[in-house]
Amino acid sequence: MFIVAMFALFAAMILVLVRLYAGPTLYDRVLAVNSFGTHTVLFIGVLGFLTERPEFLDIALLYALINFVGTIAILKYFRYRAIGDIHQMPTDQEIGK
Amino acid sequence: MSAIDLIIEVLSWIFITSGAVFVVIGAVGTLRFPDFWSRLHAASITDSAGMILLVAGMCLQAGPTLITVKLLIIGAFLFITGPTSTHAIANAALVTGLRPVEGKDLEADAPLPLTTKGGTDG
Repeated sequence: MFIVAMFALFAAMILVLVRLYAGPTLYDRVLAVNSFGTHTVLFIGVLGFLTERPEFLDIALLYALINFVGTIAILKYFRYRAIGDIHQMPTDQEIGK
Repeated sequence: MSAIDLIIEVLSWIFITSGAVFVVIGAVGTLRFPDFWSRLHAASITDSAGMILLVAGMCLQAGPTLITVKLLIIGAFLFITGPTSTHAIANAALVTGLRPVEGKDLEADAPLPLTTKGGTDG
């Protein structure tokens, strides 16, 4: 049963990678990266159960944290063109001009 | 094997296989839908239904051990951060000028009617 879940997750990861390559806008790509990270977390968990070593779940937890922070950081960078203190950044009106 | 063990085994089978089905459905929707907003909707199927069912099935497999606690922590974290990420992506796309297409011809064979105003071609 874990084999079934693992192959399903693998196929889903490949489909999401195709969307990551093809996606016409930036936000399609960010969405695909985020979805790929969720798939990876589930894949690591299922792989740990399949190989009888569920200690892999620690890695999965770490990957979930990094995935969330990475998505928010990418979105913040593409909105404000910097990752840092927000008070020293140009406002939306200045970016729009 | 007692009856309760059999019930738990069958339940975890059902949870894991249906979770895998939902994951594949979400990925196919992410690939095939014609518009960014509909793709967003399809991708959140994986974040909600697929993730919850897979984690529940793995919890039933693990039994009352530390592994179940870790799985529940992962599940709770993904349950909170998945919709948050989806909302952040949708908000960023809306702010930079991407709008949903209101039209009749939204078949997959039609050319994609996406507008990429606002310099979104990163």
